[in-house]
Amino acid sequence: MNNLQKNRFIDQVFKILGILFTMLGIFILGVLIYNILKVGVTRINWDFLTSLPSRRPEKAGIYTAIIGTLDLMLLTIIFAIPVGVGAGIYLEEYAKKSKFSSLLEINISNLAGVPSIIYGLLGLGIFVRFFGLGGSILSGSLTLSLLILPIIIVATREAIKAVPHSLKEASYGLGASKWQTIKNVVLPSSFGGILTGIILSLSRAIGETAPLIVVGAMAYVPFVPHSVFDTFSVLPMQIFSWTTRPQQGFAIAASAAIIILLIITFVMNGIAVYFRNKWQKKLK
Amino acid sequence: MKIKEKIIELVLKFFASITILTTVGIIVVLLFESIAFFKSVSILDFLTDTQWTPLYSEKHFGILALVSGTFLTAAIAIAVALPIGLTIAIYLNMYAPKSFRKVLKPFLEILAAIPTVVYGFFALTIVTPFLQTIYPDLETFNSLSAGIVMGIMIIPFISSLSEDALHAVPKSLKLASFGMGATRFQTAFKVMVPAASSGIIVSIILAISRAIGETMIVAIAAGQQPQLTLDPTVPVQTITSYIVQVSMGDAPQGSIEYKTIFAAGLTLFLFTFILNSISFYIKKKYQEKYE
Repeated sequence: MNNLQKNRFIDQVFKILGILFTMLGIFILGVLIYNILKVGVTRINWDFLTSLPSRRPEKAGIYTAIIGTLDLMLLTIIFAIPVGVGAGIYLEEYAKKSKFSSLLEINISNLAGVPSIIYGLLGLGIFVRFFGLGGSILSGSLTLSLLILPIIIVATREAIKAVPHSLKEASYGLGASKWQTIKNVVLPSSFGGILTGIILSLSRAIGETAPLIVVGAMAYVPFVPHSVFDTFSVLPMQIFSWTTRPQQGFAIAASAAIIILLIITFVMNGIAVYFRNKWQKKLK
Repeated sequence: MKIKEKIIELVLKFFASITILTTVGIIVVLLFESIAFFKSVSILDFLTDTQWTPLYSEKHFGILALVSGTFLTAAIAIAVALPIGLTIAIYLNMYAPKSFRKVLKPFLEILAAIPTVVYGFFALTIVTPFLQTIYPDLETFNSLSAGIVMGIMIIPFISSLSEDALHAVPKSLKLASFGMGATRFQTAFKVMVPAASSGIIVSIILAISRAIGETMIVAIAAGQQPQLTLDPTVPVQTITSYIVQVSMGDAPQGSIEYKTIFAAGLTLFLFTFILNSISFYIKKKYQEKYE
């Protein structure tokens, strides 16, 4: 084999390796989903969705976990969206180049890299103990809000950056004030991008387990929470607690709960991708 | 009207400042409880003792036992994710047809969207039994399985960030290399990867940072035995899974067990802070290079 043939051969080998590795990722995804479906799908029925957790695996359901997840997400939406979008607007539209704004920027990029369990310790120290909120839905959602804030801020900034300058100039030209321009021009045209970021951040929050364990989410909650000060469980927490039990029945229940969690995650990501594509087309 | 505008700006500024308060909060909480911890345990013991047994009657507080577990699982994860992720990035950038790329990228992104508790379940119930058919001495809880699955999870990080870095390399460099008669493989490894090296390094550092902070996979699949070992077949405990273990129990506030999770958390925070800062610094420099 001469040099030229050798080089072409290596090139082809690497190409095949590239295809194999790319397929490997998809293959593993397939194995994961197939195995979980195989074990868990027959366990899903109306009773599973509407039963309370139980010490007997065949009777256990995910009702309180689902309600807990919904409650937690609702509060997280209320806290995180105004603050995250507002902070994004401030950084993109108001902040002048100053020490303070570059500090904000470095800080946000650093926060995005802080492990989620550290947010759990923050929530434990501040919300659970210092403010005395205990291991409540309120503590959990405040902690998750801080966790997803950097994601929402970054997405908001990207979306606002993509708004054509001419639109803003036109608004100012008509005599609109800064806030009027933001409210009537900037936000409507960046809405799709912001929404995509929000949905992705919520999809991340729904799957979070570690910070909630630290804040005090319960593995076993036999009642539906009535107020934001009640203790709670969430779907990933329920999965974790079933995973750590030795009985095969709980592994089946965990698989079934994972199917529900994956459906929620995939649907949310799907919606986010849909909005992103629609919005990008509109901008063009 | 003027006042309303001013108030709105102030409110938005306050929202942005919450991110600063978050960082301050993290540091204050971690330091406050850690200082209380170091009043009863000497820093020297913390850094040099090789045992970590705060939950036993004979207490040792050697963080090295947790740090070793943390870095062992992270190293296995990177050993899996780096070659695969980088190969995928180069393949997508240099070889794959555009249409194929468009289909593949979202699929890879799904890997990053799956909740980590699901990966933990996958590691414990599917990967470990599979590995045991090859190597029967593998224990039920081990760092190998947890590390491999963690590696799979961070493949998309490395592949997509590295692909962005390759994409940012000026096209002229690539074309010049092809013009000299180089193959795609030669161009990739002699021109593109060196030119994108800073971006690729950033992706690796962020992946390491992600791996040492990952919690649920190791909490479920790697076990709960802190030990100073490089053996991937035995149970270990990471900093994160220790925090989970204590949190699942009832450590009363003010007890030494309660304080240990903050000292362990501070250690973890320092590691990730250093890694993130390095990557931020490289990113800043790298942006200047091409602008």
